[in-house]
Amino acid sequence: MQRLKKVTSAVIAAVCSSLSAAVIAEDTTEFELRGYVGAEARYYAEHSHDPMQSDSQYSITAEPEFYWQWPDGNNSLTFKPYVRIDSQDSERTHVDIREAVWLHVERDWEMRMGISKVFWGVTETVHLVDIINQTDTVEAFDGEEKLGQPMVQLTFLKDWGTLDAFILPGFRERTFPGKEGRLRGAYIIDTDNALFESSDKTGHIDFALNWRNTYDDLDISLNWFNGTSREPTIIPQTDAQGLLTGKLTPFYPQINQFGAVAQYIYLDWIWKLEAINRSGDLIDDYNAMVGGFEYTFVGVFGSYTDLGIVAEYGWDERGTDATTPTQNDMSLAARIVLNDISSTEILAGWTQDLDFSDSRSLFIEASTRVGDSTKITLDMWLFNSEDPTDVGYTFTNEDFVQLAVEWYY
Amino acid sequence: MLNKNNLKVWLKSVSLIGALLFANNLFAETAEEKGLRIATERKAADKGWGDSEAETQMILRNAQGEESVREIRTRALEVDGDGDKGLTIFDQPRDVAGTAFLNHSHINEPDDQWLYLPALKRVKRIASRNKSGPFMGSEFAYEDLASFEVAKYTYKYLRDEVVNGENCWVLESIPTDRYSGYTKQIVWIDQKHHRAQKVEFYDRKHALLKTLTMYDYRLYLDKYWRAHKLSMVNHQTGKSTDLITAETKFRVGLEARDFEQNALRRAR
Repeated sequence: MQRLKKVTSAVIAAVCSSLSAAVIAEDTTEFELRGYVGAEARYYAEHSHDPMQSDSQYSITAEPEFYWQWPDGNNSLTFKPYVRIDSQDSERTHVDIREAVWLHVERDWEMRMGISKVFWGVTETVHLVDIINQTDTVEAFDGEEKLGQPMVQLTFLKDWGTLDAFILPGFRERTFPGKEGRLRGAYIIDTDNALFESSDKTGHIDFALNWRNTYDDLDISLNWFNGTSREPTIIPQTDAQGLLTGKLTPFYPQINQFGAVAQYIYLDWIWKLEAINRSGDLIDDYNAMVGGFEYTFVGVFGSYTDLGIVAEYGWDERGTDATTPTQNDMSLAARIVLNDISSTEILAGWTQDLDFSDSRSLFIEASTRVGDSTKITLDMWLFNSEDPTDVGYTFTNEDFVQLAVEWYY
Repeated sequence: MLNKNNLKVWLKSVSLIGALLFANNLFAETAEEKGLRIATERKAADKGWGDSEAETQMILRNAQGEESVREIRTRALEVDGDGDKGLTIFDQPRDVAGTAFLNHSHINEPDDQWLYLPALKRVKRIASRNKSGPFMGSEFAYEDLASFEVAKYTYKYLRDEVVNGENCWVLESIPTDRYSGYTKQIVWIDQKHHRAQKVEFYDRKHALLKTLTMYDYRLYLDKYWRAHKLSMVNHQTGKSTDLITAETKFRVGLEARDFEQNALRRAR
């Protein structure tokens, strides 16, 4: 963390000093501030294993975004810090720099330098190929939230597609709930004593490439990543005498990953596929994929409401030994979009594990706008799993409902 | 041998027949041909504008008259021989600020559409046959905001009529795309400048759904007319939406690369 702070401050200092001259010189620089402040309440249906944990949890959050653009339109600076303060979980109370990045645009290439976020992929239930940014698990246990990643990103815009090349200095460790937090399973993950394959630890420099192109109704991308795995191997922690401490240690191996993404639009169907091959000296060489479709019924029952059906299947070659819950799982979801003034949307889904027949989860996410700039989101997750060897078993006691209010400016 | 008189008579009759034939030809323009001719002239009158940029306010009103305001910025690029390209950036409501919508319109095939979600840094492709859906909860459907292309409809001239103080041709336009939300549009086009003054939209049950009226036309580059207020009234729900543009800037130097997926990722 110390090292990351150094990298972060060095990057910010470099970006600021190289650009401050331009800011001072031009008083017509365009500035924009936007963002939100939010409040969230979460209630769990069942008592936890551990008396340290609570059945309810409240938090407040803020994410301002400062944006400057130079008059030539070819340079911009974005600074987006993030904070959450949680009533229960000291690990969930955290600060992050989501973005602090200088963007320079030329005719057929672009450069981003600083802390930034990149998304790869097309599927909805699992993000397999998406590997540049670390998952911010304390924010969202389903992997939808990411930590800012220090990077130099060069984008080349060519006739044969778009090529991104990344240099990634400064590794971010995955966040995990603390001992007072929920959605962590029976054992605590000791994030203060993470282990690394590389002797450079969080200072290892990673590299990545991504090529993408569109051929009419077909979108293709291929990518490669080499460096510290974003996903740690979780190993039981032992003390000096070799006895189990009851905690788990995250271990970050070095990996090489190839990814492929395809998306095809046919009539009202969107077909999606993501596949990876991951290998390393200290992990099993394996393949995994997720694929499916999204079909939208427009204006159902003579209304303006759209009904989208999402069906995806996730597979992992390691089978029941996989470290991810979607090793052989089918997901089905319905997205209801009211197309009203309040932008009301409801997404409800169900995931069934085909190896562990008792393992399934059900979720509902509903959001709407109140007034001009307040967004209300209701989330509900229900988990069921009977088999302790199933990754999903971690959440079996963690059914919860969550209400969030965000005010945007 | 023809004498001079005979020749005169012969010439006269030939020219009379010719004139009759010509007149007959003129009268023979069917209502469909006249409709197509007016639509073609309308498109030709607006050719060559290049690229443009505008800031637009959308005022949404429900049946009780309560208002909700949206602010968008639009960039457009004229494409020769195909539909235009458009980029829309949302500024208001604030929870969708930074969301951007890219549309590559086509004449004879479905449009290509992408949506950029800034919180996720994700570009999502949209199955674009969903063109009858409402745009941002307004009374405008996506297809109402698409560029006008002659081949998107078949036409029939109905009558002449005065609308907004202008002498207009009234055309019946039937969408060629079977995924259009409409079975028919009635369009009033003024005879002076070929500008649409009013459009009536008929739904799939052939009932009158909406009326769009154009106000405050202003002339740009001595050739291109743009309405600065578009008012859409939904007769079935009582809701309405006004699209108000303060000013349109033409030829601001936009080019094809400003309408690619990559540009969507850094749209501001």
